[in-house]
Amino acid sequence: MGKLTVTSNRENDTLTVTPVGRIDTGNYTEFERHVKADLNGVKNIILEFEHLDYISSSGLRVLISLHKMLLAEDGKLIIRKPTNMVREVFDVTGFTEMINIEN
Amino acid sequence: MMRTLEIDAITENLDEVIGFIDGVLEENDCPMKIQLQIELTVEEVFINIASYAYAPQIGTAKISVDVDGDKADVTMVFEDSGVPYDPLAKEDPDITLPASERGIGGLGIFLVKKNMNDVKYEYKDGKNVLTLTKSLNE
Repeated sequence: MGKLTVTSNRENDTLTVTPVGRIDTGNYTEFERHVKADLNGVKNIILEFEHLDYISSSGLRVLISLHKMLLAEDGKLIIRKPTNMVREVFDVTGFTEMINIEN
Repeated sequence: MMRTLEIDAITENLDEVIGFIDGVLEENDCPMKIQLQIELTVEEVFINIASYAYAPQIGTAKISVDVDGDKADVTMVFEDSGVPYDPLAKEDPDITLPASERGIGGLGIFLVKKNMNDVKYEYKDGKNVLTLTKSLNE
């Protein structure tokens, strides 16, 4: 599987998760588990994508399911600083219009 | 020169497949942006074969890569002897729908089509043959 390290930081009702490396079919469940490890009381999730070099459709499935889950609870998924590769994948798939992306 | 890899079509072999393709691309001075687009394509296609072609059994996939003489294009051919399946027959997802109306999947082959310059499918001699071409010039 692609190289991936994930760190997270919780502040009040906001969880910030920082994946570094690649999210692919081999490790997207690891990423999803990390994000969903303890969502008790979490309203917003910020994903810091500054050092995420690669994402495939398996990673996109995690993002869209998180987005839907948070929307349903009046929360928000925010993706910060996607790299060029990830940004292009977002552009092509309509994620750019659908998900909150901050640069 | 054409290179070929024959490998069990299982998810665990994805890294080896990507490594095989990357090796060929790096020898041919492929720009990083294009390499990532090709890796994405290879992942989506190989995982499709691993997930559906032979399930629940395991079969092999044959992957051939060829870069033309002036390093203008790379052509990749994926072959499997699994159930006949044309990935291009599926309708593209509507990417303009809001999240509430969107499914969570269906983006893999769509990304392949968007990232490649040409994608062709044929079923020939009992095999699914998917041929993908990508320009190596940005």
